[in-house]
Amino acid sequence: MVASPIECTNLRKTYDGKVEAVRGLSLQIEAGQCFGLLGPNGAGKTTTIEILEGLLDPTSGEVRIFGYTWAENERQLREWIGISLQETRLSEKLTVRETIELFASFYSEPREAGDILEELQLTEKSEAWVGKLSGGQKQRLAVATALVGNPRILFLDEPTTGLDPQSRRQLWDIVRAFQKKGGTVLLTTHYMDEAERLCDRLAIVDHGVIIAEGTPDDLIDRLGGHHVVEFQVSNNASNNISNNGNDNNENDHLDFWRTLPSVESVRREDSSVCLSVREPHLTIPALLDAVASQGHRLEHLSTRQASLEDVFVKLTGRHLRED
Amino acid sequence: MATTETNPPRLHADENPQPRPIPARRSGRWSGYRHLLWARILELKREPEVVFWVFIFPLLLAAGLGIAFRNKPADITSVVVIDGAGAEKTLAMLQNSTNKSASDRSSSDKSASDKSPAHSAVRATILDREAALKAFHFGKYDLAIEANPDGSYTYYYDPARPESILSRAEIDAQLQSAAGRLDVLATSSQSSSEPGSRYIDFLIPGLLGMNLMNSGMWGVGFALVEMRQRKLLKRFVATPMRRSDFLLALTSSRLILMVIEVGLLLSFGVLVFHMPVQGSILSVVLLGSLGAVAFGGVGLLTACRAQKIESVSGLINLVMMPMWIFSGVFFSYQRFPAITHPFIKALPLTALNDALRATILEGATLASQSGRLLVLAIWGGVSFILALRWFRWT
Repeated sequence: MVASPIECTNLRKTYDGKVEAVRGLSLQIEAGQCFGLLGPNGAGKTTTIEILEGLLDPTSGEVRIFGYTWAENERQLREWIGISLQETRLSEKLTVRETIELFASFYSEPREAGDILEELQLTEKSEAWVGKLSGGQKQRLAVATALVGNPRILFLDEPTTGLDPQSRRQLWDIVRAFQKKGGTVLLTTHYMDEAERLCDRLAIVDHGVIIAEGTPDDLIDRLGGHHVVEFQVSNNASNNISNNGNDNNENDHLDFWRTLPSVESVRREDSSVCLSVREPHLTIPALLDAVASQGHRLEHLSTRQASLEDVFVKLTGRHLRED
Repeated sequence: MATTETNPPRLHADENPQPRPIPARRSGRWSGYRHLLWARILELKREPEVVFWVFIFPLLLAAGLGIAFRNKPADITSVVVIDGAGAEKTLAMLQNSTNKSASDRSSSDKSASDKSPAHSAVRATILDREAALKAFHFGKYDLAIEANPDGSYTYYYDPARPESILSRAEIDAQLQSAAGRLDVLATSSQSSSEPGSRYIDFLIPGLLGMNLMNSGMWGVGFALVEMRQRKLLKRFVATPMRRSDFLLALTSSRLILMVIEVGLLLSFGVLVFHMPVQGSILSVVLLGSLGAVAFGGVGLLTACRAQKIESVSGLINLVMMPMWIFSGVFFSYQRFPAITHPFIKALPLTALNDALRATILEGATLASQSGRLLVLAIWGGVSFILALRWFRWT
């Protein structure tokens, strides 16, 4: 059978003999998949992706790209993959077209610069200096330099960090179009929505190891409840319980909400309480009764689908965006 | 695709793990090199600071120093004759003598006004006693002369002013010879301020050498670290780009700039300061190329590990500082004690400057400069080899 586009076993990377950035990480990514490495800053995502890209040597472990190792087939593998690094500042005094032509010239069978410009909606900017582009345009150009070699695998390290919503959606479309043509994608992100919408499979990475892996739906299933009920209450003296209660009181309250019907887990989110719930129609009436009988006032109530963020918080007790 | 295949140890070019969806064009072997070189030149061209520091600044430096240290035109000594009985006669004696020396001068020196004549020209005026002494005391005249009724002369001079002392000697000689004194010794003088031995002629080859050093160190060393800091080097090595093509393109761009730098500065010297170029232009360009490549190598070595432009700036200045001082850019290193000369001559900039001066000013052949060329080649070669061994792309 044909080897997987990306496969690694038991990767470890130790910096300066001290910092363990990656601590035994194994992955297998199938052709045509969009695979996401999701995790907070410093989880080891960038180290992992750079080892897979052949830019960093692992301290131990093995990487195979289409079954070949970097040590033996680097030149050929470079023809097959396209990379967008987390931060590359391309030469500001070159135009967009010149930059794409430059990168095209490194590949033995590149795509036409004009086609790439068209596909990434940069045609209008083709004669503009790179220094004059907006953040979204620069990021599209970075992806353009990755696509111009006509790669089979696209590696994207935090492709949409710091972009406005419209630019993010444009990039997602580009990734999907690449995937539609049979390409394989590996991306890192710390955006939940990006992982949920874009990725076929996900690995949640924390402290250099994979703590959960599966499709986004799989991972959310593991929460127990697919719904989240979020609410905020205050007592009649208009003292906000959440803000005024000391730690003991707070835990008492959380334990109390846990006893409501169909609730799988409870956590506090700023001044609100979040319940992971299997069947909201059972939980909500009981919740309203409880609030009324305790003499509290409901300040806010909402229900939503559970997200990867909830998965991450459940798994680690921390939020993804926390440092 | 083969379906029963296990992972082969080596890869064959015609094996495609996946079909390619889009028909592709083909790039030639040197396509990457050509694009890298062109991109580098475009970037330099679009950077006004580079144009200024590499091309304009050395010209300004040459112009400024050339003017400041130009050989001054012949000193004219201004004297005042105190009005009295013999004043007119004194004046006539001086003017007669001065015309003679001025005509001597113009016969021996056709072009330059900045040559010292055998005799200083004398500008003499007659004023009444009070006005004459007052003007002399204010420094308007170098000397005041009074013809005494008995036929003798009195000089009023200021021993604290060298030009006053010179003027007294000059005027005395002129008056004595005008009065009929015969010189008993036959003497002749040789002027040594021909074009080719002036300060500006010494300076311009030195500036050429310094400029090649500066732009090699900054153009290669600084540029590399800047690209490393921007993660552009890392981005490049993530492509199939040949690393040797990249370094070759960087070096080639230096050579192209070198031809322009050398051409501009030499033309400037020739056109503005009438600097003679005795050696062949080809030798100068070959020397410049060797210099540019050698300093490119030193620049590469300086930059092979540095991650930040701040640290490489310090390193570059540290490397260049001894050569600014010792390598004879602005003044001859002969001023340093003889014991230091072997070390000074082992510096690449000394070798380059000496070879450039020998070629440009004395018309020396490259073969006669082989020792200096060897010094440059060793510096460049050893630097390149070490730099490539230690070079950090990411």
